[in-house]
Amino acid sequence: MEIKLELITHMNLSEIKQLLDAEYLWDSKNDPEIAFIMGSDMMSDVLAHTEPRSLLVTGLISTQTVRTADVADIAGVIYVRGKLPDQQTVDLATELGIPLLSTKLGMFDVCGILHSSGLKGAC
Amino acid sequence: MGEALYQKEFIVSGGDFDRAGEVSTAIKSILKSAGISNPIIRRVAIASYETEMNVVIHAYNGKIDLILTPDSVIIECTDVGPGIENIDLAMQEGYSTASDEMRELGFGAGMGLPNIKRSSDNFEIDSEINKGTHVKITIHHTTA
Repeated sequence: MEIKLELITHMNLSEIKQLLDAEYLWDSKNDPEIAFIMGSDMMSDVLAHTEPRSLLVTGLISTQTVRTADVADIAGVIYVRGKLPDQQTVDLATELGIPLLSTKLGMFDVCGILHSSGLKGAC
Repeated sequence: MGEALYQKEFIVSGGDFDRAGEVSTAIKSILKSAGISNPIIRRVAIASYETEMNVVIHAYNGKIDLILTPDSVIIECTDVGPGIENIDLAMQEGYSTASDEMRELGFGAGMGLPNIKRSSDNFEIDSEINKGTHVKITIHHTTA
C-alpha cells in the first residue's frame, strides 16, 4: 500500500508581515502559525471554506471581519489596499485575541506573493 | 437526545449590525467552559453566527436558544419577520435576497442557510410569510 504524505507549508504571521510590507493594527504577540490563506470580501464564503490556522485577506473593513475570524478560528486578518477598520473593530479584535494587519498591496498581489511562497488556499 | 444540561436564551435585534455576532461569541465561550471540543464548537459557532446574521439582516427581532444535552448542542432560533417565500430557493448556494447595504458589510453571498445545513447533523426550517422563520440546528458532540 502506498502512503501519500502531503507536506503543508506554513509560515508565522510575522514572516507574512515582512513579505507584504504590512503593519500591525493590533498584535497578539503570539505570532500564530499560518497554513492556509483565504482571500474574500464575502464573509459567508469565508465561513463555508476556511480551516483553522488560516489568514483572512480582505478588502472589507467591517466589524464582521473580526467576528467571522473568531467564529471560524481564523488566526489573523490582513486588510488590503491600505484600508483601515474603525477603532471599534480593532477593540473587538483585541478583546477576542485576533491579530490585525494592513498592507498597501492589493488583493491580487497579496495572494500572488503568498501563493508563490508556498502557502495554499483554504478551501 | 436526553434532557437539557444547560439552556440559555439570547435576544437578537433586527438591523443591529454593531452587535451582530455577540450571541455566537457568547455561545462559543459557554461551550468552551462546558468542555466541548474545538471542532464541534467551531461548527456550532458557524451555524449560530449565520443564524444570528439572518435575523439581523432579514428579521425585525428574534430569539436564539442554546440547549446543551448529554449528546448534542441544539441552536433554536425563532424570529419575527417577513418569512421566507421559497425555502428550496433560499437553500440554494448563491441565492440571496439581501440588499446592497448588507453586501457592503460582507453578507448576502447566498451561503447562509447552506452553511448552517453543512455545519449541522440535523437541520429543520419552517417559515410563514409576514410572520417569521424558525430553525432548529442539532450538532452531536459525542460519537456514542
